[in-house]
Amino acid sequence: MDAAIEIAGLVVDRGGRRVLHGLDLTAATGAVIGVLGPSGSGKTTMLRSVVGVQRVRAGTVTVLGHPAGSRPLRSRIGYMTQAPSIYGDLTVIENVRYFASLYRLGTSAVAEAIDAVGLADHAQRVTRTLSGGQHSRASLACAIVARPDLLVLDEPTVGQDPLLRDELWAYFHDLAAGGTTILVSSHVMDEANRCDELVLIREGVLLHTGTPAGLKAEAGCADLDEAFLTLVRRNEAA
Amino acid sequence: MHARLLASTVARILGQLRHDRPTVALVLVMPIVLLTLVKYMFEGNDPVFQRATLVMLGIFPFVLMFVVTSIAMLRERSSGTLERLLTTPVGKLDILFGYGLAFAVAATVQGAVATGLAYWLLGLETAGPVGLVVLIAVANAVLGVALGLLCSSFARTEFQAVQFMPAVAFPQLLLCGLFVPREEMAGWLQAISTVLPLSYSVEALLEVGANTDPTGLMWRDLGIVVACVAGALVLGGLTLRRRSA
Ligand SMILES: Nc1ncnc2c1ncn2[C@@H]1O[C@H](COP(=O)(O)OP(=O)(O)OP(=O)(O)O)[C@@H](O)[C@H]1O
Ligand SMILES: [Mg+2]
Repeated sequence: MDAAIEIAGLVVDRGGRRVLHGLDLTAATGAVIGVLGPSGSGKTTMLRSVVGVQRVRAGTVTVLGHPAGSRPLRSRIGYMTQAPSIYGDLTVIENVRYFASLYRLGTSAVAEAIDAVGLADHAQRVTRTLSGGQHSRASLACAIVARPDLLVLDEPTVGQDPLLRDELWAYFHDLAAGGTTILVSSHVMDEANRCDELVLIREGVLLHTGTPAGLKAEAGCADLDEAFLTLVRRNEAA
Repeated sequence: MHARLLASTVARILGQLRHDRPTVALVLVMPIVLLTLVKYMFEGNDPVFQRATLVMLGIFPFVLMFVVTSIAMLRERSSGTLERLLTTPVGKLDILFGYGLAFAVAATVQGAVATGLAYWLLGLETAGPVGLVVLIAVANAVLGVALGLLCSSFARTEFQAVQFMPAVAFPQLLLCGLFVPREEMAGWLQAISTVLPLSYSVEALLEVGANTDPTGLMWRDLGIVVACVAGALVLGGLTLRRRSA
């Protein structure tokens, strides 16, 4: 299988400080790849580099065989920012319809995306009037409506109840089974268990990549939270 | 630029405007109120009323669209939608011209309403056709949009964006010939006013007021305004960066 994302020696400075210190990563096509790490560790920065909106100091980011952010990629990736980024003065359906139109997609894609995030009953509501969780799901719908080859989701399940979270993760796996690569950040470890591949970062340094089972085996514990802590401590001791 | 992406973006911006009733009301009603005020201010002095009304028909769309656009674009930046759009197939020029076209549509409605009122209710008279007055008003509105888009890239907050109004719009208002005819200004003021685009649209309007047929000077002035619009949009495009720190 070809790599969907290849990152080599990625260095990023933000606000005069080094935020990513030479990241290397290869992610397989059709996998759900979880990016995990504490707040401020550089997850969003890494995702921004992959979609091509982050100014980078050094290194290369290759996505689906093209340099990140290059024109041929723009119709093939969907990006959900961490803070919901949709038009607050438009309804849910108007927002999703606009993003769909940018990818030459129409009514059926719009209905499907709104359905997938469980907002079918609120499609006609102006997004400014939605609850926080609904608002962020509307933003998610605008990313998945693109039916992209690579879906980059920055903490898509924050603020959702357990049932919805479960449904969303099942949906992500359906998409992945259909060949979509999903790069998703989270800082909730129980979600990490549902990823095919994990990328742990801490203070801009890659701590570990591998399957959830592999991570637990390496740390020698059954719980991902604990495994993460073990790896952090081991890393600090070294 | 791509016709389909441009059309989607225009439709989206007009949709936002449609949901924003207070702004629509402001854009449509405010010129009417102010023009009526001017009418009664200059009661009994018809030549001054004629000149002031004609010039104001060109200035309203400029000022209003400048403010509306710089805030709309700033929201596009601060809400993260701009960054997101830049990861989609939509191009920078689709976004900028999308704003230009959408607000040109809004300005046409505004221009038609305000001009109609000025002619039929307030007694404005011009030697040239009404259609040209509306055309120049729309060109002015688009100039406001283009400068608003450009200025918004230098503002971080809506508060700062509003402050560009006095900085960019007021000097043009003062020097465009509304208060004092440009020929009567001190030399250095005239020189400044020569490099401000609004001076040309005011001159074009006064040409329509004084001549039955469109004059060469009017077309030249309109051409200058359109060139300024294009220049501001291109500069705006250069300030739109796909990658940020
Ligand atoms: N716009 C910015 N300007 C300057 N520094 C920034 C900016 N955004 C983030 N940073 C810094 O970059 C580092 C990495 O931030 P990033 O947003 O990538 O973290 P994160 O892992 O996504 O955190 P969280 O889980 O809280 O979202 C942090 O130290 C943060 O303070
Ligand atoms: Mg983040």
